[in-house]
Amino acid sequence: MTTPQTTLTRPVDDATLRKAFSVRERPARPSALSASLALAWRALLKIKHVPFQLFDVTMFPIMMTVMFTFLFGGAIAGSVGEYVQFLIPGILVMTVSMISMYTALGINTDISKGIFDRFRSLPFWRPAVLVGALLGDSVRYTLASFVVITLGLILGFRPGGGIMGVALALVILLLFAFSLSWIWTLIGLLMKTPESVMMVSSMASFPLTFASNVFVDPTTMPSWLQAVVSVNPITLAASAVRGLMHGTVTSGDIAGVLIACAVLVGVFAPLTMYVYRNKNAH
Amino acid sequence: MPPTGYAIEVNDLRKSFGKVEVLKGINLRVERGGLLALLGPNGAGKTTTVRILATLLQPDSGTAKVLGHDVVREADSVRRRVSLTGQFASVDDELTGMENLIMVARLLGYSWSDAKTRATELINAFDLAEASNRLVKNYSGGMRRRLDIAASIIITPDVLFLDEPTSGLDPRSRRQVWDIVRTLLAAGTTVLLTTQYLEEADQLANRIVIIDHGTVIADGTIGELKTSVGSGTVHVRLYDPKDRPAAEQIMAQTLGVAVHLESDPAALSAQVSNPERVASTLSNLSQAGISVTDFSLGQPSLDEVFLALTGQPAEDQPAATEEYA
Ligand SMILES: Nc1ncnc2c1ncn2[C@@H]1O[C@H](COP(=O)(O)OP(=O)(O)OP(=O)(O)O)[C@@H](O)[C@H]1O
Ligand SMILES: [Mg+2]
Repeated sequence: MTTPQTTLTRPVDDATLRKAFSVRERPARPSALSASLALAWRALLKIKHVPFQLFDVTMFPIMMTVMFTFLFGGAIAGSVGEYVQFLIPGILVMTVSMISMYTALGINTDISKGIFDRFRSLPFWRPAVLVGALLGDSVRYTLASFVVITLGLILGFRPGGGIMGVALALVILLLFAFSLSWIWTLIGLLMKTPESVMMVSSMASFPLTFASNVFVDPTTMPSWLQAVVSVNPITLAASAVRGLMHGTVTSGDIAGVLIACAVLVGVFAPLTMYVYRNKNAH
Repeated sequence: MPPTGYAIEVNDLRKSFGKVEVLKGINLRVERGGLLALLGPNGAGKTTTVRILATLLQPDSGTAKVLGHDVVREADSVRRRVSLTGQFASVDDELTGMENLIMVARLLGYSWSDAKTRATELINAFDLAEASNRLVKNYSGGMRRRLDIAASIIITPDVLFLDEPTSGLDPRSRRQVWDIVRTLLAAGTTVLLTTQYLEEADQLANRIVIIDHGTVIADGTIGELKTSVGSGTVHVRLYDPKDRPAAEQIMAQTLGVAVHLESDPAALSAQVSNPERVASTLSNLSQAGISVTDFSLGQPSLDEVFLALTGQPAEDQPAATEEYA
């Protein structure tokens, strides 16, 4: 099998080495897509090597679903069975929003490592580093969504939109998580330590998730709060996901979430890229 | 054809971090196909210089050209032809060695299958085959270094920057890295290497630039430097510490220089300018009936070079003289 080579005297073989140093020709610069895919592959490999990191994306949604269903079910909707119909789509949106915060954490720890120097010195499309990480995260979102939906079905969730409706809802959900992540990547780049990333992200995410229609119908809220809730991207996403799952979606719901996504990406992606490009350069 | 015979030209390069002036006007040149060793103690400004040359950091003033391209204005052209192996390994700990190389090859524009072929070729050439499917976080320092260099030469660069490629490596791993660097030089790549070890510069470099506190304090061939320092230090260890006064006298007489008494009561050392007298020292000691357990002629350490050049020891020097097998 492995020949016990002359490792002691000449550890690296001359001829193979010389051959290895003869590749001067440069392939064409990778496209934005293939650079992003290469980095998404990197994110998936990390999950493959340490599957335990999927623990939080399974436990967290289970806790949220069970807790809120039984905590609020009776009080808010009269019965658990009824509340589950309302809550599950909202919990889905909330769960992926929370999970997307970990992207910020990942980027923050990543950027302080040497591998980012390597990335910065390679001639590929800059945003690919972030896009790739976000694409890799879609595995986590998908897994979390399956956990929530399965649990929901057990608790009595009966989506009127059928399989097609649920599938479309998941597509919207992934798109939304991807768009929302740009807020966290910006925070991940701006903060100095992982601890401060967690603090700022949680502070931003609590009002986002609770001042929304995830848990309750906003019609009972004071009008100023209703105004806030109605433009909250989480609300827009929850309405669309709810509508698609129950087959009651309106074109307004879809337009709402798409606009929210466009605004999130339009504002936070350029900001993130600006910060990323200037990071460590001065 | 670029206008000069130099691969790297640096003129009056300055850089401050906040109020701290880290580079105070660095000048250096590296010939095409040559190897320059940039020598300096911790905090001298080696990494800062290299990062500027590799376009990862912007200078405050001064100019730096790599292969005729300005590192600030023509950063993309520079990036296309140089590569950097940073001081702190720029590989991904949470991936395997093979996956690291495939990823970088993909980011350079290789197709999946070409990336795999090239990665395998490099893994074999760099003696990493057995570890290719282990996570890099479980690699030894030497393996990590080799992987890092492999990732830097997926496309063989015209200029390679190596920032302290052998710090913390054992002698065998260090030799492997030296072999790699020599082969790379033979293939025509210009190399700028930073190091804290004079021995390493001696092994590899045609020219040496020594920096301290952001200033160049010496620039020349290894021969020129050595004449200014003396060729090395004799270290002697006696079997019986009681013999030390006698041994001191014999060494002083034979070598014709002052002898230094080490803190170890059985050890002495002396800087020599004439290595031929070293052999007679040993025979004179044994003739006098003094048993010696250790006797070696070592390269002058960076500390000794500093002493000779500046009249004061380098600050922040890492521990003691490095001995090589
Ligand atoms: N980003 C930074 N911000 C502030 N100070 C910095 C930064 N980078 C380097 N320095 C300072 O600049 C000085 C030179 O650092 P540099 O890393 O270039 O030294 P070096 O010669 O590479 O040292 P070493 O042998 O320890 O690697 C040091 O005093 C260091 O603290
Ligand atoms: Mg350094």
